[in-house]
Amino acid sequence: VNIAVCIKRVPETGARITLTADEQEIDTSYLGFTISPHEECAVEEALRLVERHGGTTTAVTLGPPAAAEQLQNAVAMGIESALLLETERSDWDPQATAAALAETLRDGGYDLLLFGNESADSGGYQVGIRVAYALDLPIVTGVKGITVADGRARLEQEVATGMDVYDVSLPAIVTVKEGLNLPRYPSVPAKLRANRKPVDAKPVERPASRLEKLRLVVPEGQGKQAEILGHGADAAPAVVEVLQKLGIA
Amino acid sequence: MSSLVLIEPNDELSLQAITLAQSLGGDVRAVTIDGPYAPSAWAVSLVEAAGTDHIVAPGSDRGNEVLAHIAAQLDLPMAANVTEVRGDEVTRQRWGGTLLEEVRLHAERQLLSAAPFAFAPSDAPDAETLHPDLSGAVQVVEQVVPDSGGISLADAKVVVSGGRGVGSSEGFAILEELAALLEGAVGCSRVVTSAGWRPHTDQVGQTGTKVSPDLYIACGISGATQHIAGCKGAKKLLAINDDPEATIFNHADYAVIGNLHEIVPAITAELRKARGQ
Repeated sequence: VNIAVCIKRVPETGARITLTADEQEIDTSYLGFTISPHEECAVEEALRLVERHGGTTTAVTLGPPAAAEQLQNAVAMGIESALLLETERSDWDPQATAAALAETLRDGGYDLLLFGNESADSGGYQVGIRVAYALDLPIVTGVKGITVADGRARLEQEVATGMDVYDVSLPAIVTVKEGLNLPRYPSVPAKLRANRKPVDAKPVERPASRLEKLRLVVPEGQGKQAEILGHGADAAPAVVEVLQKLGIA
Repeated sequence: MSSLVLIEPNDELSLQAITLAQSLGGDVRAVTIDGPYAPSAWAVSLVEAAGTDHIVAPGSDRGNEVLAHIAAQLDLPMAANVTEVRGDEVTRQRWGGTLLEEVRLHAERQLLSAAPFAFAPSDAPDAETLHPDLSGAVQVVEQVVPDSGGISLADAKVVVSGGRGVGSSEGFAILEELAALLEGAVGCSRVVTSAGWRPHTDQVGQTGTKVSPDLYIACGISGATQHIAGCKGAKKLLAINDDPEATIFNHADYAVIGNLHEIVPAITAELRKARGQ
């Protein structure tokens, strides 16, 4: 199976989000970046499928030049080739992102295109689906189990009652969720090798945005004042009192 | 302009979506869909039924999925997890709701999903039922229902959750004991599943399960946005942490400062004593 994995560079936000002065971005002066969590599992799954069935793996991202770092992370994990669709501004809307990805993936000869179900930062829930329509491929989302055999994929989607199972013919698009697997950590030598290897980059032009970001806002209510019930084990009676008051104990 | 709302039976998020649709002004029509889940076919039938109306969906996995199919079919922008609408300006959630974004939709009609618990539920409406044509559509071929093992994390009234501070897989024994006593479920943070101490099915967070218990007890959890996105639906939050500066306390109603390995067993013992066990 020849697999392309579409990933996104996102900041590691930690505990508190602060914004840049123009309210357009998260202030990342003190933050590292990572592959969005669902997509890290997509990278791992691509590696496992190819280890089992043979084939090729490619990682693709659309983002600023710095997004090469996340492609190198994917290469350090074991992905063979990487392509950066290089943008000047970081935030494309989902429609524009999907159109640029579809254009690039169209003639790649891939059997399986893996996406995250939704990105950690913008959470639009739509890029994989839009690419599926652009390429006229079947799509299944929210997948936590993939089995490939005889040109078909059996896909398990987590729902409240258990798993819904889908069966599609390849080529197909699958969006995955964290929990599909536990991604491997790349070794230090693999990281060094990946960082020395230049990433293929192709500049792309941003079309007019139809979901135009005006500003970011940190929601109120983050500075709650907790009632301190006590310190250490001595607080236990006060905790039980609260449990009784809440009707839980 | 009027709007069409996709609702699912016995689904609170659907009733919240109706409230969002009502905030757009104009008439609101609710529709449900009959038959097995097949998002592309559901989308086709909704597009047909909507005419030129706005289309609103609940902010559930299915709601967002069907709406994205509609957006792709119509080549229109879509705003997921919306909290407020002011004409063509919309506020929506990013980062699982720990950050908001104001956007302008450049389209003659709006495709919106309602962020969970951002709107009060409306009364259950009279809904029209659509019968989509499923031929050729990707659809569910089998449903796997696991043997129910205890109380599910998503439905639990009490969740006792552990983070890095628990220290090991074995460290969760004291959380399990307290959870059992409170007839609750055990949860954990992403650090814990990444370390392999608990399965991912126990993970509460933006990329795990989103819970809304009466009480969430966060033990040794620092309060990263990833985690808060999963537990902010809790009615009350009790945080136990040895770091008085931990961010989790800014999201907590009750705080106990100190070592969870001493505090959690003490709570369990006190609870047993109070019950005369």
